[in-house]
Amino acid sequence: MATAILRNPQDFITCPDTGQNLNKPAISLAKANIFTAIVFLLAGGALGLLVALTRWPAIHILPSELFYIALTGHGAAVLLFWCHFFEVGVAYYFVTSPINARLATPKIAWFSFWLMLIGAAMATVMVLIGQATVMFSAYPPLKAHPLFYVGVILFAVGALIPMFIIIATLIKAKNERTYTGSMPLASFGILIYAIIAIFTWVMGAVIMIPTLLWSMGLIHNMDAQMYRVVFWALAHSTQQMNIVVHITIWYTLAAVLFGARPLNEKVSRMAFVLYLFALQLGSVHHLLSDPGSSFAWRTFNTSYAGYLAVLGSLIHGLTVPGGIELAQRRRGLSHGLFEWLRKAPWANPVFSGFFLSLVLFGFLGGITGVTMSNQQINMIIHNTVYVPGHFHGTVATGTTLAFFAFSYWIVPLLTRHKLAFPGLARMSTYLFGLGMGTFAVFFMAAGHLGVPRRHWDITYADASLPFQFSATVQMLVTVAEIGAVIGGTGALFYLISILGTFMGKTVEKGALPPLAEPAGVVAARLHGGTEPHIKGLEVPGSLVLCLTLLTFLIIYYFAQYKYLATIWGIR
Amino acid sequence: MADFDSPTENPEDADPVSGWQAFMDDPSMLLFLGIASPTLLYTLWGVMEVLSVPVAGY
Ligand code: HEM
Repeated sequence: MATAILRNPQDFITCPDTGQNLNKPAISLAKANIFTAIVFLLAGGALGLLVALTRWPAIHILPSELFYIALTGHGAAVLLFWCHFFEVGVAYYFVTSPINARLATPKIAWFSFWLMLIGAAMATVMVLIGQATVMFSAYPPLKAHPLFYVGVILFAVGALIPMFIIIATLIKAKNERTYTGSMPLASFGILIYAIIAIFTWVMGAVIMIPTLLWSMGLIHNMDAQMYRVVFWALAHSTQQMNIVVHITIWYTLAAVLFGARPLNEKVSRMAFVLYLFALQLGSVHHLLSDPGSSFAWRTFNTSYAGYLAVLGSLIHGLTVPGGIELAQRRRGLSHGLFEWLRKAPWANPVFSGFFLSLVLFGFLGGITGVTMSNQQINMIIHNTVYVPGHFHGTVATGTTLAFFAFSYWIVPLLTRHKLAFPGLARMSTYLFGLGMGTFAVFFMAAGHLGVPRRHWDITYADASLPFQFSATVQMLVTVAEIGAVIGGTGALFYLISILGTFMGKTVEKGALPPLAEPAGVVAARLHGGTEPHIKGLEVPGSLVLCLTLLTFLIIYYFAQYKYLATIWGIR
Repeated sequence: MADFDSPTENPEDADPVSGWQAFMDDPSMLLFLGIASPTLLYTLWGVMEVLSVPVAGY
């Protein structure tokens, strides 16, 4: 085996807890990005709570104008700014530490950070002062103040630059031989993320620049359908960036907590490549009920290509828990199907957040995402609260929960501060998972009964044509919003704990909780490698979990078609 | 400072890199294919279809 070489050791510090070599500029940038992300989550979470308390029929707290400001602000602050600042921050870590690399061009990385921050602040202010009440999708003919679009464009350009820095860092590391063999899986995941991001942010520019000109009155006609096609190349792909990063985090946390390795690294890598080719094509599932495009375009992208991406997800869904199961069984936890899981560290928020995110993402976000990508089924849920129900299953209980779990590990690692308020941290993952999970499930049920999304008042009190939803619907929406409040409380506990950690005191050693393996081995595990000679049967518990998911998917699919047949009978 | 001469502790970690894996480790190839695929199959194809819808006469 060739030997890895360290260039400029003075640019690194070694973590006494994990044995990793941390590149100093990358750590500062990661901390700044993650901290900013958390501030946006605070703002966006508060707005989300106000939205939930308005949609809760018995409370109905905001008047309509403020409701739509809060809804737009919530969508932008959490979906765009929380997720993408956080992702850029962790990406800087993933492309440096696991491969002993130095970040390329830190000065440009700082420049991009400020661009993102100025853009995000500008867009948020325009929303909060009521000059951009266009929802996060900003569909024409809804028009915002030009400064809102300028803010979004600055943010997108700022978020694009780090992707080239990431790729340059990886190429430089390879050339300087800072690692040997194949690129570690975590860094590879981030490479895939960066490529998807380049497509995404370029699409953002392609659609936002004409929209800016239109808002300034320089272009007179904005084609609503053309906007939607290109907008979803941007907006859906940002979700794929989220997914790729949170899956990279799953693999990393499995390695950190259990010393687990992917069952087969090459297969996991292939699953990331499937994402690269097929995931963004699923953007069409936002347009399935729109006019103006052919059945071939819709079906090729969502059904044929989309299923390749689903295959990728099923692979990750088996290999991540499978790696943990194998590591646990080797430690002697091999009774029955699930001793390895029962005896996992459920009181550690790094684990609970990670595992709940894995399960909830698969069952709530994944299964519903696959079925609603079907042309016929899409028609029964289009523009209902089923849609926010589904995507809180992906971005909240999937991505955000994984980011919570990872923060509890990475923030102490980067700051060398002990986790503050560990009791709150412990509760946060359960409250957020349970609350947002309830919100998602009950919103999806209400969506099936026709409750529209983004609606200020489902009692239609001031509508000229009276309409009343049944008591069942009122109950479903109420339970969903109770779930949202519980989830919001979980998010608040997370924020208190993580902001407290940022402000804590530096410790020499022991900032991180005790790890399953000695420091040097943890660092090596992050480098990856494959479990030798694994066929899958060595991990029966994970196989059962995956087959349960698959069975549930099949039953759910049939149930949706049955439902379609009852409400839209063919006689 | 950790030992940089042995970034992996287990000899089995040092899998030989197959040709396929080396291909997958090549950022420029992945970058090209990863941008070309959605640009052609989603964006260009989708935009062409919207463009081909006849404009209503007022
Ligand atoms: C903190 C806990 C959260 C609460 C209480 C919450 C609550 C809500 C509620 C009630 C809606 C309104 C749905 C509708 O009326 O159509 C909503 C919409 C939305 N939420 Fe959340 N949510 C939370 C977390 C998140 C997270 C973490 C994300 C993304 C990472 C997210 C992204 C969105 C988006 C994109 C919308 C749609 C906005 C729009 O329609 O323009 N939410 N949320």
